[in-house]
Amino acid sequence: MRSFTYERAATPQQAARAVGGKPGAKFIAGGTNLLDLMKLEIETPTHLVDVQDLPLGSIEETGEGGLRIGAFVSNTALSAHPRIRRDYAVLTRAIQAGASGQLRNKATTGGNLLQRTRCPYFYDTNMPCNKRSPGSGCAAIGGFSRQLGVVGVSDKCIATYPGDMANALAVLDAVVETVQPDGATRSIPIGAFHRLWGDTPERETALEKGELITGVVLPAPPGGRHFYSKVRDRASYAFALVSVAAVIQPDGSGRVAFGGVAPRPWRSKQADDALPLGAKAVIQQAFADASPRDDNRFKIALAERTLAGILAEVGS
Amino acid sequence: MKFDAPAGKTIVDDPTVIGKSTRRIDGPRKTTGTAPYAYERHDVVSGQAYGYIVGSAIARGRITAMNLDAARKAPGVIAVIAATETEPVGTSPFNTAPLFGGRDIAHYHQAIACVVAETFEQARAAAALIRTTYDRDAGDYDLAKVKDGAKIAPGWSVPEDIQRNGNFAEAYAAAPVQLDQTYTTPDEAHAMMEPFATIAAWEGDKLTLWTSNQMINWSKRALASILKMPAENIRLDSPFIGGGFGGKLFIRADAVLAALGAKAAGRPVKIAMQRPLMFNNATHRPATIQRVRIGTDADGRILAMGHECWSGNLPGGSAENGAAQTRALYSGPDNLTVSYISRLDLPEGNAMRAPGEAVGHLALEVAMDELAEKLGLDPIEFRLRNEPERMPGDPSKRFSGRHLVECLREGADRFGWSARQSRPASVRDGRWLVGMGVAAGYRGAPITKSAARVSLDNAGRVRVETDMTDIGTGSYTIIAQTAAECIGVPLDQVRVDLGDSRSPVSSGSGGQWGAASSTAGVYAACVELRRMVAEKFGMNADTARFEGGRVVDGKTRRRLAEAGPLSAEGQMDYGDFQNDYDMGTYAGHFAEVGVDAYTGEVRIRRMLAVCDAGRILNPLSARSQVIGAMVMSAGSALMEDLVVDKRFGFFVNHDLAGYEVPVHADIPHQEVVFLDTLDDVISPLKAKGVGELGICGPGAAIANAVYNATGVRVRDYPITLDKLIDKLPDVA
Amino acid sequence: MSDPILPVTRRALLGSSAASVAILTAGEAKAGNVAASAASIRMPVSLTVNGTERLLTLDPRTTLLDALREHLQLTGTKKGCDHGQCGACTVIVNGERINSCLSLAVQHAGDEVTTIEGLGTPDKLHPMQDAFVEHDGYQCGYCTPGQICSSVAMLKEIARGVPSHVTGDLDGEMRATDVEIRERMSGNICRCGAYSNIAAAIADVARG
Repeated sequence: MRSFTYERAATPQQAARAVGGKPGAKFIAGGTNLLDLMKLEIETPTHLVDVQDLPLGSIEETGEGGLRIGAFVSNTALSAHPRIRRDYAVLTRAIQAGASGQLRNKATTGGNLLQRTRCPYFYDTNMPCNKRSPGSGCAAIGGFSRQLGVVGVSDKCIATYPGDMANALAVLDAVVETVQPDGATRSIPIGAFHRLWGDTPERETALEKGELITGVVLPAPPGGRHFYSKVRDRASYAFALVSVAAVIQPDGSGRVAFGGVAPRPWRSKQADDALPLGAKAVIQQAFADASPRDDNRFKIALAERTLAGILAEVGS
Repeated sequence: MKFDAPAGKTIVDDPTVIGKSTRRIDGPRKTTGTAPYAYERHDVVSGQAYGYIVGSAIARGRITAMNLDAARKAPGVIAVIAATETEPVGTSPFNTAPLFGGRDIAHYHQAIACVVAETFEQARAAAALIRTTYDRDAGDYDLAKVKDGAKIAPGWSVPEDIQRNGNFAEAYAAAPVQLDQTYTTPDEAHAMMEPFATIAAWEGDKLTLWTSNQMINWSKRALASILKMPAENIRLDSPFIGGGFGGKLFIRADAVLAALGAKAAGRPVKIAMQRPLMFNNATHRPATIQRVRIGTDADGRILAMGHECWSGNLPGGSAENGAAQTRALYSGPDNLTVSYISRLDLPEGNAMRAPGEAVGHLALEVAMDELAEKLGLDPIEFRLRNEPERMPGDPSKRFSGRHLVECLREGADRFGWSARQSRPASVRDGRWLVGMGVAAGYRGAPITKSAARVSLDNAGRVRVETDMTDIGTGSYTIIAQTAAECIGVPLDQVRVDLGDSRSPVSSGSGGQWGAASSTAGVYAACVELRRMVAEKFGMNADTARFEGGRVVDGKTRRRLAEAGPLSAEGQMDYGDFQNDYDMGTYAGHFAEVGVDAYTGEVRIRRMLAVCDAGRILNPLSARSQVIGAMVMSAGSALMEDLVVDKRFGFFVNHDLAGYEVPVHADIPHQEVVFLDTLDDVISPLKAKGVGELGICGPGAAIANAVYNATGVRVRDYPITLDKLIDKLPDVA
Repeated sequence: MSDPILPVTRRALLGSSAASVAILTAGEAKAGNVAASAASIRMPVSLTVNGTERLLTLDPRTTLLDALREHLQLTGTKKGCDHGQCGACTVIVNGERINSCLSLAVQHAGDEVTTIEGLGTPDKLHPMQDAFVEHDGYQCGYCTPGQICSSVAMLKEIARGVPSHVTGDLDGEMRATDVEIRERMSGNICRCGAYSNIAAAIADVARG
């Protein structure tokens, strides 16, 4: 881990300015992903701006019947919030399917959105990786890619976004709110927050330098039945092979997003529209452009079967 | 003393302490964080600096250059030792891969440098500044590719690891019913929770290592050879070990680099190997390809049993002999077991909990299940029909004590085996396909010489000293129980000091020999102490009774404390008569699983092991050994897989997020039953180990349960959902 | 195999001829400007550990785990992986369990930290510590302090009504059932496999 200086910011804009104005500066919230990567020198910030003192730790009602979740609200607090449990159960389910009790206590709403991939070649600094070291190549292509992406990936990078929370946020049509160093604010729809890798896998989100996530807004509750199915080799404390977030209405319509398969929660209007036709139809839409590897091709069948399990539960 | 005939009368025939479930005497220290592990010993020597290891970035080749300047100039750095500036360290009979020094690279993450600094943070940061360039050589990393050129592996006890009895080929060809299947098991990691860790300090030419090691005397000798110094100048101390499973049988790079680093820095150095380095730097259980051929008559009597196992290793490394148990388990006049080895340029393969047998059962016991189905026999009945009278692979050997039939029968009763549906995929519970499986378990019961010192003070307190280790096995407590039983004092009057190379040399912990061997050594020392006490009191040692802190002989009755202080050393040695026996431990393993009909996820519902391992010294901790081994076996059946990148030649998933081992949620209620048996061939205590018996069979029982649940037979471990879903019924 | 963008060619990698390759680290491809001035940074940090206020002067890189183990010599908290993948380093901060390896000590200025040493001593065991001894809820002992700290805080999470992955009714009463305990403790790996006994020990304490 490289040496760094450390400060605590008092206001969101001050934090944004502190990071925006200094090369090598980064925000630190829970730190559960950042410190992991700093120990391996995959992240090498020279200055850390701690955002824990910012007034971003609460969940408030919006005028539209939704909720505004402060960026510093922990995963545990968010998942346990009475209104989230009642009206946005897919979010509670998604968060509780991820990581461990200890990590959820520390991980934050904003930080979790920025969680970086778990590709093993990204994690091994001896290996080429276009995301970690742009232009060096991708060791995952042609290597061990069972966990990696099957859709939305590129010939430069086949990593996935590994988190769970964002898959639920995707089917809830959440909006990410930010502040920039100049004080300007932005509202970024969750579907536009994570970038596809393309030729620049090192650029993972829509955020600009110094731009700080201040909160996530949930629109009014979508109703329907909420599901989050996470499929993995061991029963807990593991990243998804495939996960499915779904909100299904009584008439069979609904929304669905797939995790563990792409650079971002994988949701499309075409896939949503196919829900009343069943799992196979949804998969045909969602994975039409898939480019799986031999060792992760199973993810497409697994996604279909996992969604079928959800739809069977709706039908029963 | 020498154990040269089956045990007759002993001083522990009517035990009041051994054999009773006993809370561990080291429990209060372990549960309060006050048990000192290697890296934590701030008190033993002052001025400890921090070392950080750098591993090779290539699997095979040579270092062309190392730029150490930036690291040497980095803040807090005291010393940098580098492979290019260090002669290769010596070798030892216990190590295959070179641990440090010279430009040649034998495997990925082989240690190539160590930075010593004032703080951990400084050492880690400086280590990342070292720049190394290499000439990369091609290597062999794919077992399936090199298998055909394999040679018969050198064995541990026979010149070539091939054993045959009769003529397998002819008998198999003539057998009316045949099974010929091939199974594969992946490389596996010990993944013990405590990393390799050492504090090293020099005093003149004398070296002390506070380390984490299972085999103190082996490792003292190995280190002498590696560092080319006299063994008597080395002291190892390893009172608490955070898990080993075979991974800490031998000296590793942490110990070598702490010693070299301390010399270079001129002060004590502490090193804990960083977790992401452990999987490729140290040893692992090698992958296997196993072909099992079994021929029977129409009634299911085995006529020919063949088990061949292929594995790979660095030159000089040993094979993973998956055929080991097959010689002992089932009758069959004509049998053949062979282990083949090929060169692979992966990290060193070496012993991991029940080497050979753990993965051997994953093949053999599934083959037995497959053949039982072919024969239309219940898999338990099939095994019962093939219970041998003598060791099939070597009929000159009798069994010292074998109750496998009782294990299977008792297990069937307790598990409710009669409810199992023999037709696969016929039980459904909601979205779950449910099935049951069984496997037999066999693990050899080696025993070896072991010594201890037992002292009595003038307050009647007893102290045991031996270089035996407790790797979680419960050695502290069973040794205390043995001394309390033999000397006739309450357990709380016994103090046990383990893991110090200055103490008498024990068996150490490995191969499930530790419990039986080390307590027998303590028994020998206690016999000697009793003789000294009796002599002091003018009593006959053979007739004196030691109980309740008193010694009674005829009408004479004395307080034990009056004999103190006294100190006795003893060692148990074993006679050749044991060569006439196959000494083994046996189990019936049962599992019930649910397989998600949609996703193919396998979740274990129940597990049972019925074990036959002679006297159980402490049922509480012995049960823990068995359930723990069942967990590891479940891991190997369902998830554990060190994945080889066959281009770069390394294990890709080299951390605890990538290499998945079972967590709490994977493990259901587990039941363990010990049959009430005694084995008078093994030692006066008539006790055998159980720590590896528990990993021999449960994985196969799980695999068989998955088949029973789904009708899908997966022969390539681990049984992950991607190998199941395309064969499960359509759900869309 | 199609890996055209590897930095070394397939022939160099897989063929018989040796190829000279330089292995670069990620950092080297980036700015690579180690701020020498930053190297000797020290910061004062005040924490309350097991009820006692402790003032430390630390390199900001020091994790809470290393502050406890190396600076305060409270070695009961274990380092198993240093990457949040095992749970051996679990401590209780302001009433909540966290992985102390993935937290900088400077992030915890003013916090209340409870470690295994703060729960009980060999002569006066905490009920959870005693239950672990009674049920043999450990083997090698290395994950044990983390398991115990985690379980003590975990039962409080259930009491506070925090749901889990296996909770059926999100609005129902949370109970410390066997399935709940096993799911909620899954962030604490025990390679010795003492899980069944640990669950039994925790269930004993949960029943009171």
